[in-house]
Amino acid sequence: MRVLLSRIILLTLPFLASLPAYAGDAADFVAASSGEQARLLEAWAATPDATRVPLLKALQENRLGGDDNDVPFYEKGDAFVGAEGNAQPAGTPRKVRLNNRLRNLISAAMATHQLYSDVAADRLTAARELQRKAQPEQMALLETRLAVEQDDEVGQALTLALANLQLSDADPAVRLNAVRLLGETGQPQARNRLQNLLDDAAETNPAVRTAANTGIVQIDRKLLIGDVLGQAFSGLSLGSILLLAALGLAITFGLLGVINMAHGEMLMLGAYSTYVVQTLFQRYAPDALAFYPIVALPVAFIVTACIGMALERTVIRFLYGRPLETLLATWGISLILIQLVRVVFGAQNVEVGNPSWLSGGVQVLPNLVLPWNRMIIIGFALFVVALTWLLLNKTRLGLNVRAVTQNRNMAACCGVPTGRIDMMAFGLGSGIAGLGGVALSQVGNVGPDLGQSYIIDSFLVVVLGGVGQLAGSISAAFGLGIANKILEPQIGAVLGKILILALIILFIQKRPQGLFALKGRVID
Amino acid sequence: MTQPLALTAAQKAGPKTTLALIGLVFAVLIAMPVLSLLPADNPLHVSAYTLTLVGKILCYAIMALALDLVWGYAGLLSLGHGLFFALGGYAMGMYLMRQASGDGLPAFMSFLAWNEMPWYWYGTSSFFWSMCLVVLVPGLLAFVFGFFAFRSRIKGVYFSIMTQALTFAGMLLFFRNETGFGGNNGFTGFTTILGYGVATPGTRASLFLATVVLLGASLYLGWRLAQSKFGRILTAVRDAENRLMFCGYDPRGFKLFVWTLSAILCGLAGALYVPQVGIINPSEMAPTQSIEAAVWVALGGRGTLIGPLLGAGLVNGMKSWFTVAFPEYWLFFLGALFIVVTLFLPKGVFGLLKRKEDA
Repeated sequence: MRVLLSRIILLTLPFLASLPAYAGDAADFVAASSGEQARLLEAWAATPDATRVPLLKALQENRLGGDDNDVPFYEKGDAFVGAEGNAQPAGTPRKVRLNNRLRNLISAAMATHQLYSDVAADRLTAARELQRKAQPEQMALLETRLAVEQDDEVGQALTLALANLQLSDADPAVRLNAVRLLGETGQPQARNRLQNLLDDAAETNPAVRTAANTGIVQIDRKLLIGDVLGQAFSGLSLGSILLLAALGLAITFGLLGVINMAHGEMLMLGAYSTYVVQTLFQRYAPDALAFYPIVALPVAFIVTACIGMALERTVIRFLYGRPLETLLATWGISLILIQLVRVVFGAQNVEVGNPSWLSGGVQVLPNLVLPWNRMIIIGFALFVVALTWLLLNKTRLGLNVRAVTQNRNMAACCGVPTGRIDMMAFGLGSGIAGLGGVALSQVGNVGPDLGQSYIIDSFLVVVLGGVGQLAGSISAAFGLGIANKILEPQIGAVLGKILILALIILFIQKRPQGLFALKGRVID
Repeated sequence: MTQPLALTAAQKAGPKTTLALIGLVFAVLIAMPVLSLLPADNPLHVSAYTLTLVGKILCYAIMALALDLVWGYAGLLSLGHGLFFALGGYAMGMYLMRQASGDGLPAFMSFLAWNEMPWYWYGTSSFFWSMCLVVLVPGLLAFVFGFFAFRSRIKGVYFSIMTQALTFAGMLLFFRNETGFGGNNGFTGFTTILGYGVATPGTRASLFLATVVLLGASLYLGWRLAQSKFGRILTAVRDAENRLMFCGYDPRGFKLFVWTLSAILCGLAGALYVPQVGIINPSEMAPTQSIEAAVWVALGGRGTLIGPLLGAGLVNGMKSWFTVAFPEYWLFFLGALFIVVTLFLPKGVFGLLKRKEDA
């Protein structure tokens, strides 16, 4: 008997010791069964209280645990800290087990708590969360918050969340109103909700069904606009990369009449220069890592321009007047460069990261996000084109380049050092490709075969745009880019490419010299 | 205009020596399959590996010869001959796949859960129709492409780029499973051809012999073409197309004919390549393959007919050795070969031999 009594005392002692502490929400939650936990969460969601936010946060991150006596603890790193008061855990606290239903309830509760936040962005995220996860009990709360909401965007999101709830209201008039609201939002999720209503079993009122149908049509129209704009944007983005790749090619082809098959490798070397600059920043200046693409631009330009000039002086110079041989020789150079990079950096892709100012994007429409890196690349491509235009049209070098392009012998007679001009132009073309490589490294994979995938497309830009004219290259690059991206979802990427090739062949029937041809009377 | 190099060389060396040399090479080539039938312990036995390797190189040599006809004579550098080669190979492959699958669907179609064959597989179980396809498909494609290309007077590097884009597009198309040609894996796992096992020594020897015969026939055809007035006009197209037009010729028909003929030769070479090597997949259409063929021709000597055969043999022989001995350095070597040949050997190895002979 004594033994039994002492056992009871021993067992209850720690429990008694913890009694004086305030039994708060966390303790309630830890002690509750999972059904009770759900009811607790629903109750919290309906009556938000700012002091509960840390608890909900811990729950979301799955950091709440209870020790042997159901005293709540938060996990912090390896240690456990008392959730309410400075208790020491008795035994190792065990984490509260959560199922999916509880997790949904937790995020809904968290969202209602955040509706009271002072920051509009927090309220917006919360309202968006509630669009998916709100429970009927929260309807009254949503209505009161909507009445006092100042921010338009948050207001709209709240209206939508409320409309989602009202769809299951008993009164057809309320449902009808909710359906109209959903239709006007243009959200893809709203479309799914409306789609469910079209079924006779799910919605008995014919007026609501008709409204749902109209709503779907409304949403589809908005989504279509978003889709088309999105395709046009990715077309512009592809076009700007093609432009950077083809610009240098068009200059050298116009000037020397040779096709540089190693041009794609200049893109690749530009991208690898970016990688090297990034690695150096990581090692020696990790604080300034965000600015590495800015530094990579001149580095890539100088590296590729020097390689281009060296190639011109050592190989291509000896092949002038033999364009087909130049093509083969430069192909050989490209093989060597690819293998060299494989030996030095490995055959695998290397990792080039976006700095924070190049990641993320702007949400323009519900289904259209414009990523920053692509927008900046489009701007950068236009900037490079503007620089090239200035260089070709406003400087001595540009004047000489244009003169040699139009008539090499005449230019030489007038004292233009054609050999040096060739070298400079080759360096310029390669350098522009190097800049293109920096841009490419921010949107795609960087590997030894990088240049090969762009070379044929950029040749087609040159063929289509004609040589010696910037306008031709620009319109051909953007035209090809947009046509590619618009055809892609309709008939698939491969058929799209084949169709474009066929179209180019047909186009050349009409205008063999490309879109913008230099007028001349020379015939061989 | 100088005459095609092979002609002058042959005239210098005297027709008898040249013919004797060619005859000797062909005698060796014809002897090889016969020797391969000898028992394995015979010292003169030629192993199946050697026979396949040489057979493969001979198929490439036919392709090089075909490319030489358009590049060496008409001055049209095609970077898309791999497409015609692969199309011929695929036409043959369709027949072999039907042989392997009997009355059922080829295995890759069953994997895709297709119930019936696409329409273009119709009749491929017949050897005769497949042979027609081997000729018709590359021929028609080359005819249509050439018709439009030559009509708008696309030439020089423009023509090279368009042909390269063409083979690239073909590769992308054949990589897709939906196209109905086995996608990435292509065709393989052949069992029989005309009822005989593909891997038996007898079939290997016959296929090898057929390749030698085709090579001889193409060489003879090229020789006759080069000797004829037609060959002279092609050389004129290469050297001064505008002057030729001023003389009242229309170069389009000549170019179109030689271009289509070359594509058909390539298709035939591809058809013989597939049963010997035992696989065909879209990588044969990769632009790299086609441009490599250009270096065979350039190394051997353009416009010489014999040179390209020499070049194909040399490069492929070295490739087989290099990729086993130093796989890392093969691309360095190939790249350097491209540069050295164009810089220092504008007339190829054959031109080098001829210069020594002259000196």
